[in-house]
Amino acid sequence: MAVLNLLEAVNQAMDQSMAQDDKVIVFGEDVGVEGGVFRATKGLQEKYGIERCFDSILAESSIVGSGIGMAINGLKPVVEIQFSGFMFPGYNQIVTHAARMRNRTRGRYTVPMVIRMPYGGGVRALEHHSESLEVLFAHTAGLKVVIPSTPYDAKGLLMAAIQDPDPVIFMEPKRIYRAFKQDVPDEAYTIPIGKAKIVKSGTDLTVVAWGAMVRETQKAIEHLEKEGFSIELIDLRTISPIDKETIIQSVQKTGRFCVVHEAAQTYGPGAELITTVNEGAFLYLEAPPKRIASVDTIVPLPKGEQYYVPDVGQIVSELRDVLKF
Amino acid sequence: MLFKAFNPLLDEMIQILNKDGELVHPEWLPDLGPEALVDLYETMRFSRIIDEKTLQYQRQGRMLTYAPNLGQEAAQVGSSAALGANDWVAPSFRELGVWLNRGASLEHIFLYWFGNEMGMRMPEDIRVLPVSVPIASQMQHATGLAYASRYKGTNEIAVAYVGDGGTSQGDFHEALNFASVQDLPNVFIIQNNQFAISTRRQLQTKAKTIAQKAIGYGIPGIVVDGNDVLAMYAVTREAVERARNGEGPTLIEAYTYRMGAHTTSDDPTVYRDDSEVESWREKDPIDRFRKFLIREGHWSDEKESEFVSERSDYVKTVFEKVEKSGGVDLKDIFDYVYEKRTPILEAQYQKKKAYFQKEGK
Repeated sequence: MAVLNLLEAVNQAMDQSMAQDDKVIVFGEDVGVEGGVFRATKGLQEKYGIERCFDSILAESSIVGSGIGMAINGLKPVVEIQFSGFMFPGYNQIVTHAARMRNRTRGRYTVPMVIRMPYGGGVRALEHHSESLEVLFAHTAGLKVVIPSTPYDAKGLLMAAIQDPDPVIFMEPKRIYRAFKQDVPDEAYTIPIGKAKIVKSGTDLTVVAWGAMVRETQKAIEHLEKEGFSIELIDLRTISPIDKETIIQSVQKTGRFCVVHEAAQTYGPGAELITTVNEGAFLYLEAPPKRIASVDTIVPLPKGEQYYVPDVGQIVSELRDVLKF
Repeated sequence: MLFKAFNPLLDEMIQILNKDGELVHPEWLPDLGPEALVDLYETMRFSRIIDEKTLQYQRQGRMLTYAPNLGQEAAQVGSSAALGANDWVAPSFRELGVWLNRGASLEHIFLYWFGNEMGMRMPEDIRVLPVSVPIASQMQHATGLAYASRYKGTNEIAVAYVGDGGTSQGDFHEALNFASVQDLPNVFIIQNNQFAISTRRQLQTKAKTIAQKAIGYGIPGIVVDGNDVLAMYAVTREAVERARNGEGPTLIEAYTYRMGAHTTSDDPTVYRDDSEVESWREKDPIDRFRKFLIREGHWSDEKESEFVSERSDYVKTVFEKVEKSGGVDLKDIFDYVYEKRTPILEAQYQKKKAYFQKEGK
């Protein structure tokens, strides 16, 4: 058992996957010699050689598009998009090909590929470095979208994504890359994609969050529990396909529902989750479901970023409104 | 050898057979026996029969939108005939000649254009990617196919087809750039058919030739008479050998002309004169090769009419079979989104199934 942060867990997942299977190869901008701008691929080129871990050209469509060709021809590419805000030149390849190749050929060709990308704000970055774009993938049939919130989950979910027979968008909350450490087993393990995790159980309110917002929500819950409330926290883990069952069962028990996310509010993931609750637990509800989300502005540069994402104080106050409704 | 002999900057174009089917450069004549020559001809001719009959079916309202290959038969058949059995092809959407040469069945091809994805489920031994509609995007896949082949040590190469319009796309640049930086075993074939739907080649690039773009990537490029099947074969074979020997990618510009409409939804009389089309009819790839084969004693007018009649019947039979194949099963649209249906897809499937059963549809 080693004590790792989320970034080190991501690195270990790729390292162990490459050791297990020589079809796994890693590439992207600066991932080779430098080990990636965040060092997620540190040491992999040294250990597995330049053919298995290489610096791509500076072109996201090439990274995704060539990865599709490799996957069709028997490899398991794990590619890095340096920041999720840079994925747009590669978005065409993701949506028009990676997601559709299995269906277009009725199973003749498949794309078992992982597209990793750090996402989200809170690191005082430049423009296009702080977006939360999970719905752009979750709305596309043929893709799976996974977001870990802890080092333990990051390793198990990434190893599962690499073994998955379909393309997986693996979004890494960069704000918590180095925020905390956790015991992570040395041996290889996987966590099933498509299953949410009940982080802590409670009876008065169900809150769903993922990525960096899990930690913020936990802090908010600690506050509210001192006031005597009992809150159930679910880490969604997989944005698509959604684990509706876990959410509905929880809301049937608690009668109240909130979703906390870093993505912008309108047409955001919260809308889908609240609909899920309305369809599956409407008659159990004792308060209107609520979404606590970022505002519908352009993501501000660092001096204005504090206005954008909900902070612990806002989460506490909005959760309390639902509890007291 | 050929790549060295022709300079794309000087607008030089390799031709072996002229428009009258005369051997103008016997020194470059590829080493092909009579049987192989006749094979090339029959595939080209078959492709044209399919196009002509399919256009008839389309006009009769029996076919959906179709993109004919008329006039580009030599560019496609000549190039794809130079590949090994296990080599990969990433086509665009107008590569009927390539599909036929790679062993795709007409039934699969018709099924696809008839609106059923099952048509693109080709047998395992046919290493052709499916029809790719987003222009030039498939070129990136060819680089990945080539990277994987080299990584696995299989000695297979990957060929991508794109049109002159496609060379304006970023994917064209990225694919050539990545392939050249990595010395990948790729061949890129531009079918310069002079049009992107209605937009002329001159509005896609100021460059005198498309082949000269290769120079910027540090790789060889060449312009070939795309209506000369022997020149297409000879040049592609050299490119394939180079790639297989680890000498990296090449760019081939097949200079040709789209004789038909972009698709059956297009009306080319809006943007080009009949006289222009007629001038290209004189350079027809099939007519010139037939003249050559007849002169060489490998083909005859009797063989021609026998072949056309037999293949026309065959096309009719296959089309009628596909026409009767019915619709797509409901489960087909759900079963290939992921390896396994997700719970949400399962629920949606059950709901649709119940509805269609109740309605008796």
